[in-house]
Amino acid sequence: MRANYILKRILFAFVTVLVAITLNFVLFRAVPGDAVSALRCRQCTVHFKEVQRKELGLDEPLIVQYRLYITHLLHGDMGSSLRTEQPVMDELWAPIANTMPMIALGTVFSIIFGTIVGVVSAWRRDTFVDKAGLYTALGFYSMPTQWLGLLMVLFVAGALGLPTSGISNPTLGILTEPSTWAVVVDRLKHMVLPALTLGLVLYGDYALITRSAMLETLGEDYVLTARAKGLKNLQIVRKHGFRNALLPIVTLIALSLGFIIGGAITIEYVFSYPGIGLATVEAIDQRDWPVLQAIFLLLTLSVIFFNLIADLLYVKLDPRVVEA
Amino acid sequence: MSGTPPTALNEQAVPVEAAIAETPQVGLLHSPAIRKPATIIGIAILGLFLLVAIFAPLLEPYDPNAKTGAVFAPPSPAHWLGTDDSGADMLSLVIAGSRVSLIVGFAAALVAMVIGGAVGLFSGFYGGKIDGLLMRITDYFLVIPDIPLMIVIAALFGRRLGNIIIIIGIIYWTSTARLIRAQVKSVRERTYVRRGRAIGAKNSRLIWRHVLPQVGPLLIANTVLTVALAIFAETYITFLGLGDPSLISWGKLIENAFRGDAILNQAWWAIVPPGVCVTLVILACTMLGQSMEDALNPRLRVGHLSVRRFRLRTLEER
Repeated sequence: MRANYILKRILFAFVTVLVAITLNFVLFRAVPGDAVSALRCRQCTVHFKEVQRKELGLDEPLIVQYRLYITHLLHGDMGSSLRTEQPVMDELWAPIANTMPMIALGTVFSIIFGTIVGVVSAWRRDTFVDKAGLYTALGFYSMPTQWLGLLMVLFVAGALGLPTSGISNPTLGILTEPSTWAVVVDRLKHMVLPALTLGLVLYGDYALITRSAMLETLGEDYVLTARAKGLKNLQIVRKHGFRNALLPIVTLIALSLGFIIGGAITIEYVFSYPGIGLATVEAIDQRDWPVLQAIFLLLTLSVIFFNLIADLLYVKLDPRVVEA
Repeated sequence: MSGTPPTALNEQAVPVEAAIAETPQVGLLHSPAIRKPATIIGIAILGLFLLVAIFAPLLEPYDPNAKTGAVFAPPSPAHWLGTDDSGADMLSLVIAGSRVSLIVGFAAALVAMVIGGAVGLFSGFYGGKIDGLLMRITDYFLVIPDIPLMIVIAALFGRRLGNIIIIIGIIYWTSTARLIRAQVKSVRERTYVRRGRAIGAKNSRLIWRHVLPQVGPLLIANTVLTVALAIFAETYITFLGLGDPSLISWGKLIENAFRGDAILNQAWWAIVPPGVCVTLVILACTMLGQSMEDALNPRLRVGHLSVRRFRLRTLEER
């Protein structure tokens, strides 16, 4: 029964990947004009254009192009960047590696603070603490991410003495070879503001999710029973409330993880942080479709992946799901 | 990061059918949750901005497209919010921007409401194969990362206002469809609908006269929440330089501040006001939409855990 459910979810994820790949193919073929010549590829060499045409099979019927596209994908080949004429995947590794730690820092921050504030808010509901928690969370939830980033640069960076752009200090290694420690500290300093921006916006999301999940659980009859048994409030919140509210909280957080990278695009743009988001903006500016296409596919795959994780966590946390 | 609006929870945590079955038959307006201060504040803010948007040309002190002062002049009695990188009056720009931002927000939400409402109604009412097919499509739409998809479509298919509205609309209909489907499935089985069917009412009449009025309030509540998402989406798209270049919107003003070196000039007055407007409108929509949904989901009103010691909260205390 359980294995059956898990298998079904994996199958669904697999089919979704196929749909995503197809959508990715269709969207970029539906662009008015030829996928190579219509591009702003002025600096491309004639030879490169010819090779591209052949590789993408642009003179062939669509079905052949589709088959070619899938074959290339299965070999890990996402085409070549029109700007640098290098394979797209080689271009994207470094940005991905830059983005990951920043996003991880922001996400961990938001999960910790979001759940704590959400739980306390629901527990002390309608008190001053709840109102304060709720409205700060709502406030951060309502701010456009890029605008919060600009505010950080304007008001917070100066006060804390933190850098506002790039990923490392260019003067660091000029005179002497810097120690590993100095490099790490420098990286972290550049990471703090983008991560904090991301963290605050997500914090709003997570606090609201946790609060309403907790409110739902605290309305259950078993909470009333626990109180009737004379358990302490803290114990009820921890063992009866939070334990049961964990199910929607964990799934919703897992679901949102897939979307975070997409949301980080504007943040990286504001802070000129050379990650996958900045690569997206550059690809748009340069009309570098193969890069944009690859990024879009990667982002979709990450959402599908975290969706699957959420499904599997669901079974783990609440075995009743399978029977439903 | 509008990927998961906090309302998504209602679909996940409670079996919606169970929650709906408990719903006493009272109208939305009579529910205590709708008379909360949050609702009133939400309506007030939204109403104020709507008025500003409608009467924008009368309220603008200067022509928002003309140079009426020094570049990045700080706030002064002549220019209450200072000027931007081209010397245009910020207050006039913010007032002018309210129009496009609210139009995008409401029009896109309307597109999402029509698609999501129709899919939800058909899916829930007819069930069976239609339901399976429509929900499968919805599932696929749900996993596509919304912001990147909008960026890709906007980058590929042009930057006109109408395009942007449609792009946002076709991305945000999914949660509406899910919610409405669940509600319709329960309404369909209620006695009055079954009686209607028994005396020979056609499906179209059942949908229009009996089911739609019941799910209407929920549909509207959800649409109010979608307005917030749509305004967000507009600022994202515009910030990345994919907005309509000829129009002034709040998203455009934030982009202008960023590209026009407002930060280098420490011109906070060019950055803060448009963002505050977006935040306020989204806050208003979220509070309003949330309290409408809460009013329709009375389960949330019960809390057995006392806030302070020795007190058990009851329904009447709210």
